[in-house]
Amino acid sequence: MSAPQPSHLTARQLARQRRSTAWREGWRQFRGHRSGMVGLVVLTVFVVLAVAAPVIADAEGLSVTRATGGVLDPPSSEFWLGTDDKGRSVLTLLIWGTRVSLMVGLLATVISMVIGTFVGLLSGYFSGRTGAVLFRLTEWFLVIPFLPLAIVLATVLGPSLLTIAFVIGVTSWPGTALLIRSQTLSIKERAYLERARALGGGRWHQISRHILPNVMPMVFANTTLTVTIAILAETTLSFLGLGDPTRISWGSMLDDAYSVGAITTGSWWFIVPPGMCVVLVVLSFNLVGQALEDVLDPRLKARR
Amino acid sequence: MTGPLLSVQGLSVTYRTREGDVPAVRDVDLTVDRGEIVGVAGESGCGKSTLASTVLRLQPPSAKVEGRVLVRGADVLTMSWGDLRAVRWAGASIVFQGALHSLNPVQRVGRQVAEPMVLHEPSLGRDEVDRRVGALLEQVGMPPERAAAYPHQLSGGQRQRVMIAMALACRPDLVIADEPTTALDVMVQSQVLEVLSGLVSDLGVGMMLISHDLSVLADRCDRIAVMYAGRVVEVGAAHEVFTRPLHPYAAALSAAFPRIGDPAARYAPAGLGGDPPDLRSLPPGCSFAPRCARAVAACRTAEPPLEPHGAGRSAACIRVGEP
Repeated sequence: MSAPQPSHLTARQLARQRRSTAWREGWRQFRGHRSGMVGLVVLTVFVVLAVAAPVIADAEGLSVTRATGGVLDPPSSEFWLGTDDKGRSVLTLLIWGTRVSLMVGLLATVISMVIGTFVGLLSGYFSGRTGAVLFRLTEWFLVIPFLPLAIVLATVLGPSLLTIAFVIGVTSWPGTALLIRSQTLSIKERAYLERARALGGGRWHQISRHILPNVMPMVFANTTLTVTIAILAETTLSFLGLGDPTRISWGSMLDDAYSVGAITTGSWWFIVPPGMCVVLVVLSFNLVGQALEDVLDPRLKARR
Repeated sequence: MTGPLLSVQGLSVTYRTREGDVPAVRDVDLTVDRGEIVGVAGESGCGKSTLASTVLRLQPPSAKVEGRVLVRGADVLTMSWGDLRAVRWAGASIVFQGALHSLNPVQRVGRQVAEPMVLHEPSLGRDEVDRRVGALLEQVGMPPERAAAYPHQLSGGQRQRVMIAMALACRPDLVIADEPTTALDVMVQSQVLEVLSGLVSDLGVGMMLISHDLSVLADRCDRIAVMYAGRVVEVGAAHEVFTRPLHPYAAALSAAFPRIGDPAARYAPAGLGGDPPDLRSLPPGCSFAPRCARAVAACRTAEPPLEPHGAGRSAACIRVGEP
């Protein structure tokens, strides 16, 4: 609730002022979440690493032919995280891998969320044939085992970064769709939707103005879950050798480490860092998601 | 335009359910003029709310509707979808019961009050909309800054005022208030009713005020229609119906409210035994007969028609005028 505003402001200035107050207020609340802040800091570090990869780690370091280190050297002052089986610095690989993992993860999430929210809203709102067909489609995608479908799609479409993001996106939306559908079903029966109909509002108005804003907190909360699934899926597919062979990702590093027997030779520096990165990013997304849900939902806010 | 603002003619609404047909409204005639408040009274399940929602064709799709509902002379029940959307809110609006549930919890109330304007007058600028929202809130006795509040930050009475402000947003001719004061305490109730009746006298709108509380209606309305089991059983000037009811059911409703300073009422047997009839299997004859103290054999054979008894009054009882 805002304090009385000076009367010389126009309505638009007032609205802008109110919005910036809301942002500041939201940020203040977010800062109150210790775990959310930890997640945000970790994520920021990874994003900076991904964006600044060409600056901090020379792309030359990815070339097998120009590698300077020995085979699976342990960490030293020259190679902080040791070298891989081809003599490249693991740290350089890790930094460049951040790029691919984050990019694929986020892109796949956007695809998945858009499809899931759209299908969920429509299948929940329309009770007739449209809803039934969309619901069956969702169930159909849900019962198909993820990995085989992803492998088939990735093989058919050919290995590239976009393909992997697309494959993960189109296989991971049914969960979101079901969630949004169930929420839509419950909101559809609320009295304010009858009110919106009485106001003369059409279907589009009801969906965009009333149902969508009510499911948005859920979409956001679900986004952070989907990001983690997408990053894990990217790691899995790369580990299975279905990723883009020209790009380094955390998954392909683990694949390399596995195939050269880094475990049997005790070369932990080739396995632990990419594994830790996956865990850290996934964990951070979850922490940020929880904090965001708290801040975004005005009803949760009121209870505290 | 000639004729009354709202004219309901021979309206019947039947809900088709798995257990059989439920006639919620049976052969109702009712008119509302500009600047007039018409009260609709009756106990739960007598068809009051069904009548209200049918005026804007908001009844569920399973309902079978017969008769005519003319708003400003046009039949709501047969008009095209586009015309109907224009009538909804610009011609007639509803103040719903249960304001908390009728407000979207994640939108500021100002935006919700503005909603009908956005739908019906898309050419309005944002500044103009904001200005009118402020004016509407002031009209119902709320400070304009409260437009920035979320519904959960308002009290019950304030929420109901927001609903009234929303009902007025497009300057409709007809306002239907469906139990606007349910779940409010007596003080707030009278404030909200004050706001509503002020609107009728200031803006000259017509209003249909639905309530189970006959004493409230007698205070605020010009005319009252008493409904029982889906039928109108008595119509007349508000005060007359309350103080000198003709139909035994209206009499029982009226007697249910204590009159302060009237010792006779205090000791008279008040209240009404029994339950409202099951609408799926109505008793033959007058549907009130099983609960009626004055019922005679003739009451159980034929349903009494609504017959005029004096100026502007009618009642559906064969024993009116008998000792």
